[in-house]
This record gives sequence, C-alpha cells and structure tokens, in this order.
Amino acid sequence: MTQPPLLTVSDLRTYFYTGAGTARAVDGVSFSIGAGETLGIVGESGCGKSVTALSILRLIQQPGRLESGSKIVFEGKDLLQLDDAGIRQIRGNRIAMIFQEPMTALNPVFTVGDQIAEVVRVHSKASRRAAWDRAVEMLTIVGIPAPAERARQYPHQLSGGMRQRVLIAMALVMSPALVIADEPTTALDVTIQAQILELLAELQQRLGTSIVMITHDLGVIAEVASRVLVMYGGEVVEEARVETLFAEPHHPYTEGLLHAMPRVGRRQERLAVIPGNVPPPTAWPSGCRFRDRCPYAWDRCEREHPPLYQIGAGHTSRCHLADEPERRVRRPRAEATAATLVSPATSRAGDAA
Amino acid sequence: MTPMSDAPFREPGDGGNPAGLSPWRAALRTLGRDRSAIAGTVVLAVLGALAVAAKHVVPYECNAQPNIVALKNIAPSLAHPFGTDEFSRDVLSRVICGSQVSLSVAFLSVMVAATLGTIYGAVAGYVGGMVDSAMMRLIDALLAIPRVLLLIAIATLWNGLGIVGLVLLLGLTGWFGVSRLVRTLVISAREDEFVTAARALGASDMRILGQHILPQVISPVLVSATLAIGNVVVVEAGLTYLGMGVRPPRASWGSVFSDGMISFPSAWWTSVFAGLALVVTVLAVNLVADGLREALNTRQLPAR
Repeated sequence: MTQPPLLTVSDLRTYFYTGAGTARAVDGVSFSIGAGETLGIVGESGCGKSVTALSILRLIQQPGRLESGSKIVFEGKDLLQLDDAGIRQIRGNRIAMIFQEPMTALNPVFTVGDQIAEVVRVHSKASRRAAWDRAVEMLTIVGIPAPAERARQYPHQLSGGMRQRVLIAMALVMSPALVIADEPTTALDVTIQAQILELLAELQQRLGTSIVMITHDLGVIAEVASRVLVMYGGEVVEEARVETLFAEPHHPYTEGLLHAMPRVGRRQERLAVIPGNVPPPTAWPSGCRFRDRCPYAWDRCEREHPPLYQIGAGHTSRCHLADEPERRVRRPRAEATAATLVSPATSRAGDAA
Repeated sequence: MTPMSDAPFREPGDGGNPAGLSPWRAALRTLGRDRSAIAGTVVLAVLGALAVAAKHVVPYECNAQPNIVALKNIAPSLAHPFGTDEFSRDVLSRVICGSQVSLSVAFLSVMVAATLGTIYGAVAGYVGGMVDSAMMRLIDALLAIPRVLLLIAIATLWNGLGIVGLVLLLGLTGWFGVSRLVRTLVISAREDEFVTAARALGASDMRILGQHILPQVISPVLVSATLAIGNVVVVEAGLTYLGMGVRPPRASWGSVFSDGMISFPSAWWTSVFAGLALVVTVLAVNLVADGLREALNTRQLPAR
C-alpha cells in the first residue's frame, strides 16, 4: 500500500465497568483498511466485533469507555480527539453504519423517505424538497421498485429485504468513505442475503467506498471480503488475505470456524462445533484466551499470552503454534475414546460432544 | 441513476394499518370506530362549547340575586330548569358559568403538569446515571407527600388564591407521576436500535430526543393527561368545596355544590346538578382516555 490507509485503529480498548466487574469487550485491537477495500471481521457472538464497530464511531454508551491509549485515525484525523460536533460531522457523512436488524433500525413512526432525507438534512443545508428528492434517488439506486411511492411508506409496509435496502440507502446517501456493516444480512433469508451482498458489492465498485463487514458467517466473508480479521475474546487472533485464511488457516479458532461451515459435496452427519462457549469478557482466561476450547493447547498456552506471530506476508496469528508447529496434534478429548474415533464419519461428532 | 438489481419482494402484511396512514391518522381512524369514545368526545365538546360561550348562553346572569326572598330555592321549572339556590341565583346559569372555571382550570393545570413532567422525565431518562438517580429520588420524596394535604396547606397559606394561582398550584403538584412515566418510556426508547442508528448517522442529542424519542412518549402522556383532567376537575371541586379554591361569588362546580349544601335537605336541586355535571365530565373524560389508549398504544410495528 503506497498511500496511507483510510482508517487505522491501533490498540483499541473498550472496557465496560459493570457491577460484575470490568468487561474487557475489546482489548487491544489494531487494524487498518485502505480506500476501496473490504475488510471482514469474523468471530462468534461476544468476541467484540460489534463493540469494535461502535467504538470507531464513538457510540459506546455508559458504562462503557474507550481506554486511553486507543487510537482511531480516519482520513488523518484522530476521531478520539474530536469534540461532539466534530464526531457528529463524521457519523453518517464520512463513516456510515448499517445495522443488523432492518426491523428495528428504522423508526416505525416516520416514512422511509423522511428517514433518508433526515440524514441529508443533518449533514447539508439542502432544502426539504431537495433532501426528499435525494432520498427517492437513493431508493432507486438501491434497487427499490416504485421508489417515489415506497418513499412515502412506513417501515412496516416494507419487507425485510427492502428495509435492509432502505438502511443501505440511509448509510450511503452522503457517499461516505467508509461503511461499517454490522451483520447486515443475518436477519434476512438466504436469497435476500445474496441480493443484499451483491448490492453492497456493486455500490462499493461504483462509489469506491471501503467496507468493514462484520459477520459470524464465513460464507459472507468469502463472498465479499479481501482481507479478514478473526476476533476472539476481544482480540484479533488471526489476520490474513481471504484466500490465505481459507486455504491455510493458522489459528486453531479459525480452523474450528472453518470446520463448522457446511460444505457442498461433503456428506456429514453433523457439523463440527467448537466445544464450549466464549468466556465472559469480565474473566478472560490467563495466557491464551482460547486455550480452554483449543484441541492443541499445552502448558505454555496457560502461562504465556501469545503475541501476534507473523506467519507470512500479511498473515498474522495469535498462537504459540507459530513457534512450535510440531504441537499441532489433536489432543484426544476425554470423551473421544479410541472406540468412537474408529469411524471417520463420526470423528467430528465425537469432537463436538 | 438506474436501479441496480430487480428485487423480487413479498408484499408484507400490514399490521392493522393497511392504507399506510400516518400513525396519527391511523389512531384517529381507530378512535372513530370506538362508540363510547365518540360519546365521550361529544359530551366534552358540548360542555366545552357551553363553557366557552357561557356569557351568551346563560339564561340569567350567573351572580345575579334578583330577589332573595321571593325567588329563593325555587324547584326546577320552565323558567329555572335547574331551580334556584338560596340566594335566588339560577342554578343552570351557575353550573354553566362554573364549567368555565372548572374545565379551564383542569385543562390548563394538566397542560402545565404534563409539560413539566415530560421535560423533567425526558432529561432524567436521557441523561441517565447520577443525574437520573438524583432527579428520581427528589420525585420519590415529593410523591411521599399526600397531594390533597399539600394543596390544602398551600391554599391556606396562599391567601386569595386566584384562578391563575389555582392553575399553577394544581399544575405544579401534578407532574410527578408524569415525569416517572416519561422517564421510563425514554429509557426504553433510548435503547431502541433506531436511536443508535440515528446517532450513528450523525443526529444530535436534541434531534434524537425530539425526532426519535419524544414521538414515542407523546401517546402515553396524552392518555395519562386525559385521565388526569378528570382527576383534577374533582380535586379542584374538592378544594373549592372546602373553601380553598375558587372564591365566592365566582361559580365553579365545587362552589355551586357547596353553596347548595346549605339548603340541600329541603331543595335537592341546589347541589345535585353541579355534582351531576362533575360526574358526567369525569365519565366522558375516562371514556375518551380509554379510546385514546386503544387507538394509540399500538406502536406501528409489523404484526407479530
């Protein structure tokens, strides 16, 4: 990359100070994204993906706080140093966000046209009329048929897919440099999902927008992203180009996620799962945060918090296996006795139990 | 620019609002189908019209005492449909004049209370944290004082309380409940995803409060304010009955009722009609409030 990246996040820490202790939801995340690039962020629920997204736009509410030392530089400006008016000027205008639930991210009591026009009026001196025209134009661009009529309708009169298109229209109306899409297709059924992803890709090509695509669905990542960040326990555990990640995943967590994906042409009784759950952010395990669920973990993982090891060009992984690759041998689980491992078809299921 | 892709889309189910009316018009339409709410509205409209036009519709001057001896305590007749009172005043005229005071005091004081309560509750709920805790503990303390006792105490100290004084007194003691209601509504509305979405799109706090939060608060406040009008009409009558509200000879339903009590045992009409007016008003107000609740409490979200 010759020109400086559009957005650089370094050592982002977002902690929530709750009665149950300090939740370190995002704990030292760094990444950057170039102009026109699509960066995928994957991980299970509770890994800190959404909090990372909200932190970038400083939308974290009490009792959450961005810790000092965190730095978010966008177009050369440190977003954390801006005053309220300054950050409002960025939100929706230079960086926009698309939310997960098209059902609830729209205000039920205003027409969708009004809601798109509102964004225009917040960020420009456009007249009511001009803002409305722009809203209708955006509805056309996102592929809503009969946009002039649809603009006068309320969210409940639109289908889920159309509502998501409206949200995309709201996000793109000011032609932002960066769009953060937080699970934009999770609430939609599969055919609509594909359409929405296609639409985002088309709009990105046309407008040159950068996209941060947050999802737990590796299928979505494979389709849209060029680079992927895998998050676990509030940290980045692996970063790679998308082809590399799918071909040679390094981190056991990434490996687990890939195994948990259904594949066309492979018969499986059950999908593999990663045993256990993401630990609560108030109590990340010492050492490696994934070790309790890792099939390879050994004593070093408990003692030593792994740094991000360089695996290849643009490929990093937060796993001691980079140091000791010979340890990549599945440690048989207590339940997975030799008997259950006999049949290869059930070996995954045995792991999952 | 041209459409990018042709989206096949399902026609969504329109939950109870097929025409895509604005929420207010949809509510009005629901209200229009509610017979008891219509009846209540008609009654209140008639009472309101009589109150506004009181000077022109009363058969006699409200405070006139034409003949204290000959025209005293006359039973209802064609000349005096509601009879006359102890001072030979026409009861019908006094009830009509009284409605002017009773209704306007109730309406205005509820406006004061609803406005104050909404502002206070919205600030507490939106700002949250320590500010919210402090503001709500104050409300708890104020709610611990029985309202009627507070009113009597202040009315006694505040000698010669006028109509404006009465409105302020009732308004300033009536907003605690509203503020609690609004605070709860604001706290829940603040967590709505579309509020976060609006913030993410660059809306300021004022805009978020005004555009996205208050519209959700208005309906419940409207319903509770309507109910409060019925309540305040009674409280004002009670205060006046106790001699601490409207001063004689000015008529209000409370004062007409209490004036009549002197001769009530022998001339029932002196008090009964003021009492009836009160009952009818409160009933009508409650019918309207119930209708409003029905019409407004459905948030315009898809069915199920």
